[in-house]
Amino acid sequence: MYQTDNLIKDLVKEYGSRRDSLMPILQGIVEKHNYLTDDAMVEVAKELDISAAEVYGTASFYSFLDTEPRGKFVIRVCKTITCSMKGKHEVLETLEDMLKIKVGETTSNGIFTLLETNCMGWCHKAPAMLINDTPYTELTREKINEIIKEYMHK
Amino acid sequence: MMETKKISKVDLIFEDIDPREILTRVKGMSATEIIEEVLESGLKGRGGAGFPTGMKWKFCSEEKEKDKYIVCNADEGEPGTFKDREILDRVAQKVYAGMTIAGKAVGAQTGIVYLRGEYKFLLPQLRAELEKFHKMIHELGFDFRIDFRIGSGAYICGEESALFESIEGRRGEPRNKPPYPTSSGLFGKPTSINNVETLVNSVIILKYGSEFYKKMGTQFSTGAKVFSVSGDTPKPGIYELELGMSLLEFVNEFGDGDTKAVQVGGAAGFCVPRKLFASTVIGFEGVPTGGSMKLFNSSRSMYNVLHNYLDFFNEESCGQCTPCRVGCQQLLKGVESVKRGESKSTYIDELVKLAATMKVASKCGLGQSVGNAFNSIVENFREEIIY
Ligand SMILES: Cc1cc2nc3c(=O)[nH]c(=O)nc-3n(C[C@H](O)[C@H](O)[C@H](O)COP(=O)(O)O)c2cc1C
Ligand code: SF4
Repeated sequence: MYQTDNLIKDLVKEYGSRRDSLMPILQGIVEKHNYLTDDAMVEVAKELDISAAEVYGTASFYSFLDTEPRGKFVIRVCKTITCSMKGKHEVLETLEDMLKIKVGETTSNGIFTLLETNCMGWCHKAPAMLINDTPYTELTREKINEIIKEYMHK
Repeated sequence: MMETKKISKVDLIFEDIDPREILTRVKGMSATEIIEEVLESGLKGRGGAGFPTGMKWKFCSEEKEKDKYIVCNADEGEPGTFKDREILDRVAQKVYAGMTIAGKAVGAQTGIVYLRGEYKFLLPQLRAELEKFHKMIHELGFDFRIDFRIGSGAYICGEESALFESIEGRRGEPRNKPPYPTSSGLFGKPTSINNVETLVNSVIILKYGSEFYKKMGTQFSTGAKVFSVSGDTPKPGIYELELGMSLLEFVNEFGDGDTKAVQVGGAAGFCVPRKLFASTVIGFEGVPTGGSMKLFNSSRSMYNVLHNYLDFFNEESCGQCTPCRVGCQQLLKGVESVKRGESKSTYIDELVKLAATMKVASKCGLGQSVGNAFNSIVENFREEIIY
């Protein structure tokens, strides 16, 4: 759980309170807090004067608008065919070893969430993963080790 | 057998050119002149569906509404495609120029780039380029502005009407067609939605002329295309090649000497086995592609390939219509149960029929194209799927 404080009001100021402001507002909340709480969605619904069900219905459609608690760093490992052929399995294994969690889980300190995702457009540099918005490609065990250590210190 | 061309590399999309020079010329042209030039070039959409771009602009220009939109489709979600990101990364100004040209042609003042969430890291750089671009077209006297909308991880939002729904703040569920976007698109207004690469092609056509453009490719597939090459190849990456080559030519250039199949056009495309390489033309007259070319060598199990694609569709189907929602699930479960020996091998034939039904009964291109990969893989690699 988190407090949205003035975030939603600020986002409404920036993007407006029309129906088509909904996606940028939800994206803005996720950018800051990594997922959407029920309270946040209800508040957005009030601001845009639409039902909370409409907000939830929209949010739940999109895989990047998580409605379940997520860590500060969301790792999405590509599982589509080329990445899968070029070592996705080792990438997951390495991450699971380092973070001591399985796909779909979040570390107990709330820092990392490990997920799989569909093709993210890096097939020529497979295997690839995304940490929040940043792509990492041509992954090896050593490379993943370095990347995750860096994030552990962020 | 269809006539094929030799493989031929070109360098037009990424060529460093001054958009100001072209836009200055475009400023002096009438909408009809622009549309005529693009029609004459034979340019077809590079996003997958291959609709003639000039026609799209013409229909949109004929609408009487005051508000119209140009949407640049940068959702690029088809497995194996990564060329639009490369284009935006390297020549964003040319994409914006294409949108401005389209705006002038159809009479729109607003352009929107719908960028997939996976490419959000490009946004700061794209915005900086856009600022420069806006300044330039303002000086040239264009009344046109571009903005960005970001996706949130849904393949279906690449489908044009789902993309509009997404911008409008709703679930990305495709609409019924007709009406087509050119008459009722974004916010119900006439909209020309074009792929990133298509827009850059229009810049190339206006710079060099339709005569030059038509000399590339074939009669039905004019021009060149950016291919995204991946899989079992010693040189994965982005290549701009003339359309109309045979798949054999392509494999000779990009294969690893052991290519057994090429998936042309991504998960929504077709799987072509080795025996058909020589007779398969890459282009609208043969097997079309949005650019995705995945090579598989003999070490790969085509069951794994098929299973991966079905898993993809099963997750990415928007679930709005039954043939696709249930069909995707059943195809996936079906091949799994045949593989495990729980269903007879002839059950595959039932699944082929199901995929055919999905083609006619599904609401949008997603459900309609699941059968492409399914049937082409099952037909050509039946043993691998069953045993
Ligand atoms: C499921 C599905 C996904 C699509 N994804 C994309 C995409 O990512 N990019 C794209 O340009 N077109 C995509 N399309 C095609 C668009 O609906 C549309 O035809 C295209 O953007 C038109 O631009 P063009 O004529 O320049 O190709 C998709 C279509 C379907 C059915
Ligand atoms: S075909 Fe599939 S993706 Fe398209 S509308 Fe139907 S359920 Fe949705």
